[in-house]
Amino acid sequence: MRRDIRIALRVGGGALIGVLFFLTVVVLMPFAVGPDLALLTRLGPAILWLGALLASLLTLDRLFMADHEDGSLDLILTSRTPLELTCAAKALAHWIAAGLPLVLATPVLGLLLNLDMVATGAVALTLLAGTPALTFTGMIGAALAVTLHRGGLLLAVLVLPLSIPVLIFGVAASQAAITGPMTFGAPFSILCALSLISFVVGPFAAAASLRHGLD
Amino acid sequence: MQLRGRQVRCVRGGREVFSGLDFAVAPGEALAVTGRNGSGKTSLLRLIAGLLAPAGGSIAIEGGDAELTLPEQAHYLGHRDAQKPALSVTENLAFWRDFLGGEVADATDCLAQVGLAHALDLPAAYLSAGQRRRLSVARLLAVRRPVWLLDEPTTALDTAGQAMFAGLMRAHLDRGGLIVAATHGPLGIEARELRIGSAA
Repeated sequence: MRRDIRIALRVGGGALIGVLFFLTVVVLMPFAVGPDLALLTRLGPAILWLGALLASLLTLDRLFMADHEDGSLDLILTSRTPLELTCAAKALAHWIAAGLPLVLATPVLGLLLNLDMVATGAVALTLLAGTPALTFTGMIGAALAVTLHRGGLLLAVLVLPLSIPVLIFGVAASQAAITGPMTFGAPFSILCALSLISFVVGPFAAAASLRHGLD
Repeated sequence: MQLRGRQVRCVRGGREVFSGLDFAVAPGEALAVTGRNGSGKTSLLRLIAGLLAPAGGSIAIEGGDAELTLPEQAHYLGHRDAQKPALSVTENLAFWRDFLGGEVADATDCLAQVGLAHALDLPAAYLSAGQRRRLSVARLLAVRRPVWLLDEPTTALDTAGQAMFAGLMRAHLDRGGLIVAATHGPLGIEARELRIGSAA
């Protein structure tokens, strides 16, 4: 399983694309919104979360597509390793290669959005808890779209509705830590719960759709 | 142990490719699947490997390891070689060896057998078509599975490579293995012929 992660890391290359995209969106935002620091602070968490969501969508479609193209998927299906486990490992590898860098880039980008240390920490923490949910639910979409050549678009349409709850509670938790009357705990626990649910459901759903979707 | 297909029917893209196909392969026996292009040779192999679902009939292995399904006892060697260009030859093979599971052999040894001993650390991206095919063949040796499903196995191999491969297949059959190969040319081994899709 470690090998799967290593392959994804080395072959992926998508990780950098994701981070670069994230960087561009977030860096451009202050210029678009204008030099209103208070407004930037208020929008900051939302911008970071949107950037992370779109960046993860950008890289997700390669999750199974690359293996489908070179025939690896055929062998994966005839392996004695359970397909669910393989899916989980692939998602984990994708998250390490593409999700974790986003979390690590957040503190730097927080500076640009006039977020103080506490706020940046809160956003980074919610991203850390929430991006696995994005990856694992996104994997279901990637598995469904694997045999389609223009699967990227379908992937976005399928996955975006599923990621709305993650987005809502991710931003809610960050806002709560910065301004809100709400406590940080409640939305953050829901966010963690969403991630945990996706850990369980994601691999099984993806494995099932891979088994049925092959041509 | 016997690989048996009964009244197998295959439908691809709403079109019937073949139907009512019966076959049986016993240990130590090779079955050469022949037929014109598009007659369903590859489809048959993918059906056996469990990568396609039959539209009718059944394919089963009788008397094998009861714990394992047919796909788990079969090697599928297809058109696409399932190699990651960024990994070296050894890494590619070692990954599949560990991932496929089961009884395994030494990777370096297997590569030497297929004549790739000089290219162990070369990234797979630099391999020629014939070398990639040899690397795929090494996978058959690295993990021991009783059923070999080979799709045009000798394409891209040079004459020496074909002779080498024929030798490996013969050794596999001598150990009681089964081979089902889709082919146009001669395999270089004794094989029963199964002709499908005879222009209906």
